Amino acid sequence: MELDAAGRSYPAKPSDVYLYATCLVDQFAPEAGLDAVRLLEREGITVHFPEGQTCCGQPAYSSGYPDEARAVARSQLDLFPEPWPVVVPSGSCGAMMRHHYPKLFEDDMVLGPQVRALAERVFELTEFLVHVLHFAHPDRGEQCTVALHTSCHARREMGCHETSSALLDSLDQVDVTEQARVEECCGFGGTFSIRFPEISEAIVSDKVESLRACGAQKVVSADCGCLFNILGRAAKLDQQAGRASPSLEGEHIASFLWRRTSEAPR
Amino acid sequence: MSQPINFHPVESFKERGRSVVNDPAQRKNFRSAMDFLQGKRRAQFPERQELEGLRDLASAIRRYSLAQLPTLLEQLERNLTANGIQVHWAENAEDANAIALDIARRVQARKIIKGKSMVSEEVDFNHRMQEAGIEALESDMGEYIVQLAGEAPSHIIMPAIHKTKQQIAQLFSEKVPGVPYSEDVDTLIQVGRQVLRRKFAEADIGLSGVNFAVAETGSLCLVENEGNGRMCTTVPKVHIAITGIEKVVAKLEHVPPLYSVLTRSATGQAVTTYFNIITRPRQPGEKDGPEEVHLILLDNGRTQAYADAQLRATLQCIRCGACMNHCPVYARIGGHAYGTTYPGPIGAIISPHLRGLDQTYPLAFASTLCGACTEVCPVRIPITELLVRLRNEAQARPDSEDATLRGSGAGRTKLATAVWRGWSLVYSRLGLYRMTSWSMSRGRALSPIDQGAWTRSRTPLVPAPKRLRDLLRKRRK
Repeated sequence: MELDAAGRSYPAKPSDVYLYATCLVDQFAPEAGLDAVRLLEREGITVHFPEGQTCCGQPAYSSGYPDEARAVARSQLDLFPEPWPVVVPSGSCGAMMRHHYPKLFEDDMVLGPQVRALAERVFELTEFLVHVLHFAHPDRGEQCTVALHTSCHARREMGCHETSSALLDSLDQVDVTEQARVEECCGFGGTFSIRFPEISEAIVSDKVESLRACGAQKVVSADCGCLFNILGRAAKLDQQAGRASPSLEGEHIASFLWRRTSEAPR
Repeated sequence: MSQPINFHPVESFKERGRSVVNDPAQRKNFRSAMDFLQGKRRAQFPERQELEGLRDLASAIRRYSLAQLPTLLEQLERNLTANGIQVHWAENAEDANAIALDIARRVQARKIIKGKSMVSEEVDFNHRMQEAGIEALESDMGEYIVQLAGEAPSHIIMPAIHKTKQQIAQLFSEKVPGVPYSEDVDTLIQVGRQVLRRKFAEADIGLSGVNFAVAETGSLCLVENEGNGRMCTTVPKVHIAITGIEKVVAKLEHVPPLYSVLTRSATGQAVTTYFNIITRPRQPGEKDGPEEVHLILLDNGRTQAYADAQLRATLQCIRCGACMNHCPVYARIGGHAYGTTYPGPIGAIISPHLRGLDQTYPLAFASTLCGACTEVCPVRIPITELLVRLRNEAQARPDSEDATLRGSGAGRTKLATAVWRGWSLVYSRLGLYRMTSWSMSRGRALSPIDQGAWTRSRTPLVPAPKRLRDLLRKRRK
């Protein structure tokens, strides 16, 4: 798994894109998906949401069930017939499609070429906003301090810590502070959090602590898996401590960006 | 093969991890040790480009060596033999210990002084010698401490990293006659030095590991900081080196780049205090050095990794320990929890070959696949990919072509297989997915409060009232 963002070439601004929202966004964080659509449409792009999309297959892939992962991935391959970019508001799922799909179909003489061609046009949302759309919009929000958490796959396979950072830095009223051990995993790891609950809890507790301690009012992330893990842990700790208001708030970066730069702030 | 006592059954892996996680003092120890080591490494590689260039070079050297491993091993044997070093081949731990015992009996050895060697830990050398009535004493400070405590190393470079100076002070005052309790680190080191200095003189055999074995010159390279490695390999009359078959490199000029990434990645040192190149026993007219030098080359399952195009990369490892120093899981549970000689990410990918996947597969799952190990590995072992492959192997149908390793399929359960089949079905059939996700959203009020392991530490996950696809459909109208 190598960071290849530096070597990647980006297309000119397209007229149309596909949004591959991911199963987590579809079911648990639809607002983030909607905000991603709004961000893209504002640039004059027509956003297509293939109705057949379900999940990229990563849960099975990383849990050691390649056949099951391949079956799910297979069902997604034909959803993108036009040569438009596929934008994914998750570095983890984006990395799955961009880096692991070609491996999953490596030996497939028929699908292999199709999968490799698809992988080439998969972009994580922040990467797409920065490198293809050259995102630049006035910040209409109030002054605030945030911390950025980048998922491990987004960071190490897609280089998205840099693009997420660039987006936050482009907002005048937003100060970005850095939590201790910013590069460390949040402890989610998909089914790892279920298989090894104590270890996962230990890791995420440390992440919550470092985020609370860094002076940020909010943690922003481009990955829902990490956000649910971190915020869920923080909320549980609040419950246990009897705190009425949350000690840590968080938001998907798509929603954060849209809320701060849209004409009519929500 | 008899089961060495330093190996714990996999079933108790979770329990051991739990006991460390629930111990704040231990967790703090590991955390600060890991922070320290990460900082040291970072300081050694200020330039990203230089680091990546070095990793490319080191990786290429290791892959080049492995690509011609059989030829290099033969060349190594020829050249070592020509230099007067006796070469022995050991298929497994039992063989390795038998070879060492044969030598020990022939020279009527009673005492063996040891330099640091993880391969000797792998074959449980100390206990096997003890059973044969031979004392094997560790002379590396960290190894000496864990041996005194009756423990195994918890880290491949810093064996006693799990111990605080208070614990070491306590240990020395209890176990070393005439030593008062002192937490002063220099005093503690002096205690060790004084005990060990005598032992070097008394030992009949010195045992060491090998960092690099050079085929073209027939030389053994040994990297160390304490000088005990040099003592072990020069003072006793007999020197036995033991190493895995993968440690061979073709040329002497291949050593400096590997040495450089090894020390910088491991302890954040530009160079170590000692670097030994051992090429022959004492020659006539020379005043020191052993009269006999032996090399035991151990397979112990490495050929299984070698035979597999993907898993072969496991053998690129130069044992720097950077993967464990950067692993969020290792930092939380420490090395002993793994129950294998090699802990952390490298332990998870090498142990299945040494012990069988059936004995070790939970280690492959004990990772978030965050990739921190892969990012720092100086020889570019794709550790995360290998972990996924081992997960596949662990759950493969034992009689299928996907089950290729000793112990493949041992982690397969009917329940998990059924769950993932069901999952795959739901997410690959749009109709089923639509129905399932729709009912989850509609029935969100019925979402369970108790979501098992998830809600043990987190608030429950509740589906949104409307899915994104519903919101988008509504928006288009």
